Amino acid sequence: MFKTFAKAIQSLSVALLMGLPMASSAQQLSENASIVVESPWARASLGMSRPGGAYLTVRNEGSDQISLIGLRAEISGMASIHETRTNSDGVSSMAPADDIVIPPGGMFALEPGGYHAMLMQLQSPLVEGETFPLTLLFSDGTELEITVPVLGIGARGPEG
Amino acid sequence: MMRVAKIAAIGAAAVFAALFVGWWQVDGPGADSAPGKRSLPLTAMEFSLTDQDGRDVGPETLIGEPSLVFFGFTYCPDVCPTTLSDISGWLDEIGPDAEDLNTVFITVDPDRDTVETMAEYVSYFHPQIQGWTGLPDQIAAIADGFRATYEKVEGENGEYTMNHTAGVFLFDATGRFVTTIDYHEPREFAVPKIRRAMQNRTERAES
Repeated sequence: MFKTFAKAIQSLSVALLMGLPMASSAQQLSENASIVVESPWARASLGMSRPGGAYLTVRNEGSDQISLIGLRAEISGMASIHETRTNSDGVSSMAPADDIVIPPGGMFALEPGGYHAMLMQLQSPLVEGETFPLTLLFSDGTELEITVPVLGIGARGPEG
Repeated sequence: MMRVAKIAAIGAAAVFAALFVGWWQVDGPGADSAPGKRSLPLTAMEFSLTDQDGRDVGPETLIGEPSLVFFGFTYCPDVCPTTLSDISGWLDEIGPDAEDLNTVFITVDPDRDTVETMAEYVSYFHPQIQGWTGLPDQIAAIADGFRATYEKVEGENGEYTMNHTAGVFLFDATGRFVTTIDYHEPREFAVPKIRRAMQNRTERAES
């Protein structure tokens, strides 16, 4: 009885271990398959009063230039792309980013210390192990909904 | 007489060479602080803050062991958790040698970052990381000693964020400022810098 239980736990852990990286690195395609989003992830939040942060990479596999112009997420009352800048005195600041232009064949990464999806006014906490939908808005009218896995607060990248 | 002058000259040259090597290692190319913006030694600072367990802390808490200090705030979605994750990784990489390294995250947003908040926040990172908060004037005092700056930036709907010095400060066991680890510096530079701050203590203990 105990053995079976232990085995079930073991296979569940394996499934979780295998499932998580797969979920975070899965490619998510737009309808015309010209925009590919890779490795989305978010940090778990401390409750709902602090803004959440999420990261991802967008690749433009189409023949036209595209611009990432905004974000929408049910989990956030105000989702936008922010840029972290660090000046020559080592002082870091954050500001809403301009539209992000991605040339054909190009890619753009939202990653720690650079650009991030800023999820303000969280409607529910970002809980490690859960996922939430995030919609990327592009200049050509494309709206691409992706699934973002939530990693720990101490995560450094899509692999944790 | 000439001989004495020659020996003196050689001696002076040796002293200058030693000073130059020291300068090269600490303030020379690759050093991060602009002249005049160097952190004071901890022994010249006065501040009184509270750690995540409610204990009073001050410069004396840090002096005696090497220290690694970072300013930030818990409402910070990007730089602060990233840096604390980096610091956690460096501590893991250094291993047991890092156990005596004072590792402190100091909030520049004491209005929102209470002792309880700091306790919860630091609990998500390496167990060695301490979280200090305190009265606004005491935060100002420590930031001034470190030559760190911070500024409240009002946003929409009464929300605000903080601009702040994002480098990691390193001090040796005597409280002397050694160097900073800049935010965008390659990770592989960080651990040798920390080891250098720790090494100063070993050298002093052996001599």
